[in-house]
Amino acid sequence: MNHPQPPETSNEPLAPGQRLPLSERKDFSPEAVAEIQAIMAKFPDKLAATLPALYIAQREFGFVSLSAMKAVAKTIGIPEGHVFGVATFYTMYQKRPVGKYHFAVCTNISCALRGAAQLLEKVCEKTGVKPGAGPSPDGMWSVEEVECLAGCGVAPCIQVNQDVYDELVDEQKLVEVMEACKRGDYRPWAE
Amino acid sequence: MAAIRTKPDHHTYTFPGFGSEKFPNLLLRGAGDLNNWHLKVYEQQHEGYVAMKAALKREPVAVIDEVKASGLRGRGGAGFPAGLKWSFMPKDTPERKFTRYLVCNGDEGEPGTFKDRVILEYNPHQLIEGMIIGGWAMQCAMGYVYIRGEFLWLIEKLEAAIQQARDAGYLGKNILGTGWDYDILVYRGAGAYICGEETALLNSLEGRRGEPRVKPPFPAAKGAFGQPTTVNNVETLAAVPPILRMGGAEYAKIGSPKNTGTRIFGVSGHVKRPGIYELPMGTPMNFLVEELCGGSSTGKKIKAIIPGGASCPMLDEKDFDVPMDFDNLKARGSMGGSGGLIVMDESVCMVQATLRLIKFYAHESCGQCTPCREGCNWLEMILYRIEHGEGRMEDLDLIASLTPRIGMRTLCPLGDAACGPVDSALQKFRHEFEHHITHKTCYAAGSRLLTSIGAH
Repeated sequence: MNHPQPPETSNEPLAPGQRLPLSERKDFSPEAVAEIQAIMAKFPDKLAATLPALYIAQREFGFVSLSAMKAVAKTIGIPEGHVFGVATFYTMYQKRPVGKYHFAVCTNISCALRGAAQLLEKVCEKTGVKPGAGPSPDGMWSVEEVECLAGCGVAPCIQVNQDVYDELVDEQKLVEVMEACKRGDYRPWAE
Repeated sequence: MAAIRTKPDHHTYTFPGFGSEKFPNLLLRGAGDLNNWHLKVYEQQHEGYVAMKAALKREPVAVIDEVKASGLRGRGGAGFPAGLKWSFMPKDTPERKFTRYLVCNGDEGEPGTFKDRVILEYNPHQLIEGMIIGGWAMQCAMGYVYIRGEFLWLIEKLEAAIQQARDAGYLGKNILGTGWDYDILVYRGAGAYICGEETALLNSLEGRRGEPRVKPPFPAAKGAFGQPTTVNNVETLAAVPPILRMGGAEYAKIGSPKNTGTRIFGVSGHVKRPGIYELPMGTPMNFLVEELCGGSSTGKKIKAIIPGGASCPMLDEKDFDVPMDFDNLKARGSMGGSGGLIVMDESVCMVQATLRLIKFYAHESCGQCTPCREGCNWLEMILYRIEHGEGRMEDLDLIASLTPRIGMRTLCPLGDAACGPVDSALQKFRHEFEHHITHKTCYAAGSRLLTSIGAH
């Protein structure tokens, strides 16, 4: 029987045989290595540095590529498989390239009651990208559908890179945020 | 210093009469004031660190007894008595010395819940003070605060606040001359709802995948890094300084019997004044929704309320008068949960709402236990086909037969949480599901809750 399948809007599944992308960069900068070693020293077990190191990798490499995961494993001295497992478990590590401004739109129930579904469509229309489908051709935008951002009281709520906008985002506010991004008022992704 | 967010947010924090004896303000002191996170302000205006200084002069056991006397129940969702949890931690014996840890759960991911961020935003020092008192009571070596990754600005703020406390001598070596060493470290999560479960959180804190552990051993025996650990919610720890300040017996007078103290309720959805309200436990739900939040924002009647975050079974009209505390909500077939109320008016299609909720659980299941991993996905698919007009009447029986095979058959409560909203929606709004199957369209003609965009 052929039933309609629910769409996956947070990330497109890999095709059979397809691998996560590598990146041109292969190693951490010396400062990043020092930063990771400082984190390792803070915890009773060096394994605990995996999550923070992946954030550092995301900052340095632009996204958590397979090369970034290998660099993390090498720097901490843990198996590559462990780092791969962790990086693919958590949704905040972008395993594929994202735009300079990455929009995360919450469409969970509280936001949905106040028009988040329509907002997500608006974001896709304005940026010209589909959720989870990689950056726009000019590399400016990418969009992702995410779960609750804890801005339920003033929903709908979006997050642009690291900044949360939870002030009843409507079309006008969205245009304002996008204009500000174009002017370069906000920190671009991975900076 | 790290960048601290300076723009005000738009939440409502107060209401007429808030701060009086009837509605004490214990957790939201200074909420809305962006300068409130500074140590100086907290010490000068909000009796800051008074409780900690008093607690450090007392025996650790006496502090635990005080918290026990207050009857404080964990605010994370399960409502387990906090003092009792603290007393489970093993004590040092001449033969064996333990390294104990206190972990604060700030992985606020439950849809509809936004209370911890308010404490972290406006009152981080109260959390730090609570963590120092808790650390002293259990003689911990280290405190970890696990905060979800999206709250980057709050992590930076908390780290700055911790540094202020360190500079004041409240953290570090030999705190206030007691000979006790203690420090707090902030750990950033990376976007996994499951890490709000305590053992999954501990795995994540150790740098592993956030998969819940088999219990026993419980965290009090073997927790973070293999050591005895207690995990408490942000709100629970933030409630500790007021308890020590006013005394456990006095605190126990607030709220209803066995459900003492105040609790932060976050109201979202179709109400006029959504926001954060701190109320004594046992406050009737319709008082909060109708009086404080101003009732329905759309002018339509309120149809359903989820009383404690998305995991709790929905309540319909006949239960809107329920006093909001753990025991009363349980008696009405729901849960106290994390205190996030989601209000839905008549125009909401319950099939869409249920599908949106189950989509969340299908996405967030860690994949460790088969009933939850497969069951949630199947529930999503069945509801999706009902929503898209291809459902069959027997699908409703299929759902009803599926949920008991997910709930209570998994390592952690995520499976149960996923079944709560589905079961209650099917039980209370069955006619909407049937309407969807027979008419291939929504019973309630509200705006769409689901996006029409798919990645493929």
